[in-house]
Amino acid sequence: MSGQAHGRLRAGAVGGMLLIAAAFFAVALWTGDEAQAVITGRVGDPLVYPSPIELLYSPSGTQLYVLCNESDELRVLDAATGAAIKSIQVGHIPRGISLSPDGSRLFVTNTWDDTLSVIDTASLQVVAEWPVGAEPSSVVEDRAGKHLFVANRISNDVAVLNARTGAEEKRLVAGRGASYITPSPDGSRLYVTHVYPNPTPHRTAPESEITVIDTARAVVVDRIPLHSIAHSFHLAFSRDGRLGVVAEMHPKNLVPLAHLEHGGAFVDTLTLFGTDVGDKPVEVPLDELERYAARPFGVLITPDKKFLYVTSEGSEIVTVVDVPRLLRYIHTHQGPFAEDLSASGNYVVTRIAVGHDPRGMALSPDGSKLLVANRLEDTISVIDTHTNHLASTVRLAAPKQMSVLRHGEQTFYTARYSFQGQIACANCHIDSTFDGLQWDLEPDGFGRDIVDNRPIEDLKGTEPYKWNGGNPNLPTECGPRTEKYFWRSEQYDDLTLSDLVTYIQSLPPRPNRYKLPGYELTPAQERGKALFVRAVDKFGAPIPLTNRCVYCHSGPKGTNQKSFDVGTKKATDDSGLLDTPQLTNIALSAPYLHDGSASSLEEIWTVFNPEDKHGRTNDLTKDELNDLIEYLRTR
Amino acid sequence: MKKIFVTAFFLSASLLASAAPADVPKAGAVPNMPRFRFENFSTANGLPDNHVYAVLVDGDRIWAGTNNGLGLYENGKWKVFTTKDGLAHRAVLSLALDKNTGDVWAGTMGGLSRISGGQIKTYTQLNSGLSNDVVYGVSIEGEDVWVATAAGACRLNLRTGAWDLYNERNTPMVEIWVYGVSATPTKVYFAVWGSGILEYDQKTKAWDKYEDPDGETELVLFKDQGLIHEITTSVSYVDHVLWAATYFGNSRYDGRYWHNFLMKDSGLPSNFTNAVKGVDANRAWFGTDNGLAYYDGTNWAVYRPSLTTHKPEMTVRDAAGHVTEIPVTSAPAHNYILGIDFQGKDIWVATAEGLSHGIFQPQE
Repeated sequence: MSGQAHGRLRAGAVGGMLLIAAAFFAVALWTGDEAQAVITGRVGDPLVYPSPIELLYSPSGTQLYVLCNESDELRVLDAATGAAIKSIQVGHIPRGISLSPDGSRLFVTNTWDDTLSVIDTASLQVVAEWPVGAEPSSVVEDRAGKHLFVANRISNDVAVLNARTGAEEKRLVAGRGASYITPSPDGSRLYVTHVYPNPTPHRTAPESEITVIDTARAVVVDRIPLHSIAHSFHLAFSRDGRLGVVAEMHPKNLVPLAHLEHGGAFVDTLTLFGTDVGDKPVEVPLDELERYAARPFGVLITPDKKFLYVTSEGSEIVTVVDVPRLLRYIHTHQGPFAEDLSASGNYVVTRIAVGHDPRGMALSPDGSKLLVANRLEDTISVIDTHTNHLASTVRLAAPKQMSVLRHGEQTFYTARYSFQGQIACANCHIDSTFDGLQWDLEPDGFGRDIVDNRPIEDLKGTEPYKWNGGNPNLPTECGPRTEKYFWRSEQYDDLTLSDLVTYIQSLPPRPNRYKLPGYELTPAQERGKALFVRAVDKFGAPIPLTNRCVYCHSGPKGTNQKSFDVGTKKATDDSGLLDTPQLTNIALSAPYLHDGSASSLEEIWTVFNPEDKHGRTNDLTKDELNDLIEYLRTR
Repeated sequence: MKKIFVTAFFLSASLLASAAPADVPKAGAVPNMPRFRFENFSTANGLPDNHVYAVLVDGDRIWAGTNNGLGLYENGKWKVFTTKDGLAHRAVLSLALDKNTGDVWAGTMGGLSRISGGQIKTYTQLNSGLSNDVVYGVSIEGEDVWVATAAGACRLNLRTGAWDLYNERNTPMVEIWVYGVSATPTKVYFAVWGSGILEYDQKTKAWDKYEDPDGETELVLFKDQGLIHEITTSVSYVDHVLWAATYFGNSRYDGRYWHNFLMKDSGLPSNFTNAVKGVDANRAWFGTDNGLAYYDGTNWAVYRPSLTTHKPEMTVRDAAGHVTEIPVTSAPAHNYILGIDFQGKDIWVATAEGLSHGIFQPQE
């Protein structure tokens, strides 16, 4: 049984139980009683938690839609009482939710199914499930009801669908990791943000963008550059459309990571743009010394443009920003502001502690309550917007016990273990993947051994870890090394480390989008596979065993778990001996080589293999090299 | 095969000889051919370089591929994209518009660039599956970017990111110097310098080849029986009719019959043709080394600075071969025409010494 199918069954089995439980718990709690997560110790069995990730009020404001990321469901609650109304099964690992402009339909993007669920808001039934692109992460319908726009995270584009039939009309090229779409208040433009950085020259600052789409024409009309930004998440507009705000991460990956205690490895920032800001976007920090806002995710501006709320996943807070003070500050001070830890004191009103991994927010129709979805706690924080205090916490129906995996995942996402709570594993492994960046880690010495960040899916059986193969297992990789060199803090207790490792080892491979249904290979992929396993070169000469692709990249995960010198040592590297990386979903994780110097799979061989040490490839024609890459993309 | 062509030649020649006198129309009124007022752009008014290889109309915006950057003319101003902006190379040889997405593709001497929302992404033979960095032609059809390069043709599928390369190993291509490409939903045609025309059927995925029945000789023994010459430079497929340009004359092919156009028996100002762009099945524009030519299915018009006086010149040649000079006050910037595109009834022309905008002038 596939993991996907297994997930569906699990979700289905627990769905009914949770619904009943939800009604029991929620009625009393919604009104303001503080809820405590029920933890009776960690259990080894995997449990399915709802994991709320996005919230949305129904058009009438009488219902609250809660998108549950792990249980593959949309829960519909009574907005007044919190009572459960219905659980609607959607696709696997849903991430995005939106309403049609007329309120009649609700759209949910299912990231691992590559589908879009269409839900009738009157009957609360799924009325259609449409195929879309790779890892659809958000969806917006235009006001004319003509098109649906779907941001596809892996294919880095925005699919334009016929809003009635779901037929895809075209794809618009977005930035890398296109994930969140926000319409301008008048609906004439769509603004797309991205969780991965765009490709840039090696060892230069990351770049991202806001892709701007003309809604009526369905074409990209602008790309607002986000300099030094690697990961951006939700975007919000003020009701008057004069102020746009993006929640984002600004990594400092060009300097050694050792300086966590000297200002951090990341700056957690907002980019402001629009008429209120001026001609150019302005980046402002949310961090303050000892009070960091790790991984800003959700952002919301109150209709009166008085406050701006930002959720920070890692810090488990909602930061409240005074918008007039913020605008006054940027217009009366000389930037840049991003790395100024004294700046946020001029506009941050307060930081409200919420639950584990806070993500999406929703403002009640009367504006009096701000709801926050705490993904890894299965709770909703209710903030009184008049006082900006936490009014209550509502626990969704969920398993009462804390599983090993859930605790490991919480450990992975929280920044509480690092010095001053600045970063977490998820800072560099965005949504448990990778970050597309290269880092100068301290253990090898400053300026030595620049390393590309490798994905962590399907890791089991790929040890040792680190590019130099220096860590024999995950407890070593994630334990003392991480604690000493990254967190600059005390060690995890044994159980916490064990749970963290169990969680990481449990991460499955994402579906490979380059494989045909049934996993047969295309003719080009077949030809590429033949090159991958070949033992004789084009001139008939035998290829030494150790110089065949299939020798080092052997086994189901494409690694023989040994180290080799493939001729890619740089002047800054201590050794040319490098651990053979696994090939799981290799097409997704550019750049390549240990230091990220190859911008594409092609460059591994066209630029960085002059002596054929990284496999015998220089006898290949360009079309044969293309075939080899087509095969690699199926791994 | 050669015998068949020889026999066909003599048969055709005798038929033509007997039919020709009766078919020649008498001289009459000068055909009403389109007239333009040409406005010319140069570096003096913002064009990045006077040597313009390609021009592309994108609604109200005009893109000019020059020897020193890509120019975008919008709202009366030129914006220039260079290698500093990510352009693959300073010399932009070809341009294509993705009508679906609004993205513009530029083939350069150093790779293929996509301009989308003002940002450029570049594909080269080193960082992608592109077959060669010298990109002479580019054409978009659906989700496919078809590319003509100095080392074969290729196709980038925008949905999957996969590259397919087409060369002597998997097509009937003899030479691999591909100069032009015209992609449509049914057929894709390639102008292969020295190897005639290559046809790809989108439905059957089969390749076919059209060559000069005279082989590599410079003689035209088999007029109207095939492609006029192997050294093709440009191709345009419109309304199921193929227009093909070579350095030795031009051709029209409707799927069954060929018609060749030579300077000696048509209104072409020169056989040396860099570019052809069909308007429909019967009408086409030709960019030659001796001016811009228009064929309306019967008559010809030529627009150029006079070869002797350099003064603006327009001539019209009717079906009978009568040539009439039309008084004009403007002409394209130069006689060496490299690219053509249409903007409604207006025409834009890339020349070796500037970019020209032919503004249509209605006649009473």
